[in-house]
Amino acid sequence: MSINFEAFKEHPFFDELITPKGNARAYARKMYSFINKLEAEELDNRQKGAELAIKQMGITFRVYSKEEGAIDRAWPFDIIPRMIPLKEWNRIEEGLKQRVTALNMFINDLYHKQQIIKDKVFPAEVLAKSVNFREQCVGVKPPLNIWAHICGSDLVRHSDGKVYVLEDNLRVPSGVSYMLENRLVTKRVFPELFETYSPMPIDDYPADLFDTLAALSPRKGDKPEIVVLTPGIYNSAYFEHAYLAQQMGCELVEGRDLVVGDDDVVYMRNVDGFSRVDVIYRRIDDLFLDPEAFNADSMLGVPGLLRAWKAGKVALANAPGAGVADDKVVYSYVPDIIKYYLDEDAIVPNVPTWRCMDKDSLSHVLENIAELVVKPANESGGYGMLVGPASTRAEREEFKELIKKDPRNYIAQPTLGISTVPTVVKGMVEPRHVDLRPFILSGKKISVTTGGLTRVALRKGSLVVNSSQGGGSKDTWIVDE
Amino acid sequence: MLSRVAETIYWIGRYHERAENTARLIQVNTNLTLDLPKGLMPQWEPLITILGCEEEYAEAHPELTERRIVNFLVSDEKNTASILSSLAFARENARTIRDILPREGWEVINSSYNEALEKKAESYSRAGRQYYLEDIMNDLQHITGLLAGTMNHDLAYDFLNLGRKIERADMTTRIIDVRSDNTVPKDVPEIRPFEDMLWMSILKSLSGYQMYRQSMQVRINRQDVLKFLFCDHLFPRSVAYCVHNIEDYLSRMPVPRKYKCGTHLEKLHDLLDIPIKKELDNEKLHDYIDSLQLLLAKLHLDISRSYFPAIAS
Repeated sequence: MSINFEAFKEHPFFDELITPKGNARAYARKMYSFINKLEAEELDNRQKGAELAIKQMGITFRVYSKEEGAIDRAWPFDIIPRMIPLKEWNRIEEGLKQRVTALNMFINDLYHKQQIIKDKVFPAEVLAKSVNFREQCVGVKPPLNIWAHICGSDLVRHSDGKVYVLEDNLRVPSGVSYMLENRLVTKRVFPELFETYSPMPIDDYPADLFDTLAALSPRKGDKPEIVVLTPGIYNSAYFEHAYLAQQMGCELVEGRDLVVGDDDVVYMRNVDGFSRVDVIYRRIDDLFLDPEAFNADSMLGVPGLLRAWKAGKVALANAPGAGVADDKVVYSYVPDIIKYYLDEDAIVPNVPTWRCMDKDSLSHVLENIAELVVKPANESGGYGMLVGPASTRAEREEFKELIKKDPRNYIAQPTLGISTVPTVVKGMVEPRHVDLRPFILSGKKISVTTGGLTRVALRKGSLVVNSSQGGGSKDTWIVDE
Repeated sequence: MLSRVAETIYWIGRYHERAENTARLIQVNTNLTLDLPKGLMPQWEPLITILGCEEEYAEAHPELTERRIVNFLVSDEKNTASILSSLAFARENARTIRDILPREGWEVINSSYNEALEKKAESYSRAGRQYYLEDIMNDLQHITGLLAGTMNHDLAYDFLNLGRKIERADMTTRIIDVRSDNTVPKDVPEIRPFEDMLWMSILKSLSGYQMYRQSMQVRINRQDVLKFLFCDHLFPRSVAYCVHNIEDYLSRMPVPRKYKCGTHLEKLHDLLDIPIKKELDNEKLHDYIDSLQLLLAKLHLDISRSYFPAIAS
């Protein structure tokens, strides 16, 4: 009896495992009865077991605080898996493939003919004010015409039961290593569950990523030299950079390990001299990639890297400039973008979005700000946003001023009643809000992770799932029941 | 292999070996405090000199007590040479090359540091300290064995061992220095009955007592212990053994472009049989140890220049 039924009754949100009446959803019945049989103490022990495993495995992320500086925290994890039935997942997967295909066509168009602007589907002024559009990339033809090889799209389920795309991360999306590690931790703490369930395996991601990257190599035939470029140990996702390099059997490099020769070829510095690099999976933001081309003060990048890329001597994933479609204003056009390039309706819908740059929307947003979530166009990690219902009057006034000053930089969305999953809280099970970040790889073919990373807001009532702000994560099971 | 990775893994070897030998060094002195009569109690101050951290200590502590000195050497995270700091640096280094190390290797490096950190209060008492240091030494042996048994014995592994053996050769000389230096009163008549016991203690702290008996077939005496610890070709903690290993690793490495590690190795070789040729009194022994340490430092510098990233790149 560890499930706190009171907390699920009169629950105004969609719970992924439990119906509003307090019964298990069909695919979660065995999970439900297993968890419910565990005494509070046992449940607590399992949770502690997971935390210990995470500590031993060294699964960490870095956070910054004014008081302590950079500290390495154990990855917060909740042991109860989030489940999605296979049939529903198949449709989501189709939707994500459709979305990323269209986004890559869109990015390629923006850096070449800009036909979508000429055809008046996408306004020139949105592009003009995009902070992630890179003039330096205009006219470049990356292999396969793909710019965003790795995309992480955030999905949420609203209280209407439907799944929506909340945002697309096309720059350097992170989290996939935690998705993979979460499964290992679950196997350690709940081996019994794997006797009754066979969640679809997820561990082919590193091999898929390797294939995606290898296909980009400018040297055909040879075994391509692929490296993962990290900003270094102080980056919050350093764990993941090392993890992926290890899983793919590639070299993990920092900017100082690489050098671009007069022949525009990228080399890495070895103990016995220099050797050529073909593909760079870069986890450094555009502006820090190359001090010659972008931010001249960057100590993280490699001088001449953009030159080498433009000369076709090295492949970069994601391509510089791919972030232009990461913008939350651009996001609001994605259904139109899909229609324009593929002549299809979006399979997974967008969250309805008001663009503050449109006059009518602006006045709607200003009038109804207390009910809306306001987001800046180009922030990630949950920073710089206003959650209307949870805000103070002063905060709302401040945001109104910010929006009026720079309407292009803001969008607003209804406050979603995002779905919950039962979560262990002091030996009891209570609902906590979750989202889902699947990762989509685009190369010769498109592949989607089976499920993705489920992030959970551990604080009661909180909707903020970012690990930098008190969020945790869960294993995600796609089940064919 | 990336130059940066070579440097990182070389330092993991050094930091771990340093941590292990610092623990051994403290164990010798602790054992001596138990074995020697009251008037001849060993001092702790020379350990700070032997490990070369006089300045850091003076800045942090006004007085020289066993407790303060041991804490400084074992668990003080502000002392960059403390055991805990060495473990922390090795772990940070291991983290930056997680892709190179076998997964289990990283997990043990990580958890042994975590444990040392969590339990550090246990090292504050003399009784707890023994167990604490033994645990750390066991963990480090575990790591060494695990890497030997799970990692490809490639260039990366050679760099790990290169760092380890340079540090070990250096630390073995420092541990011998406990005797040639001033931890116990020198050459006073009262110490003579205990002289052999002192050497036994040093052997034991290097896990070398049984091996000494097997190898030398004589009872403990200063001259033979010195021969054993400096010149023995079979004991893995002797200076000669380490130097031979170092030569081996270097011979498998790419030929350096500019610098010549070979010259330093030759000089080391010339020095190695000195304890066989002549008897060294404490003062000469101390000088001899200094010259070995100097050559090892030069060797390190040339290895850095040959294989590691340039400092100002």
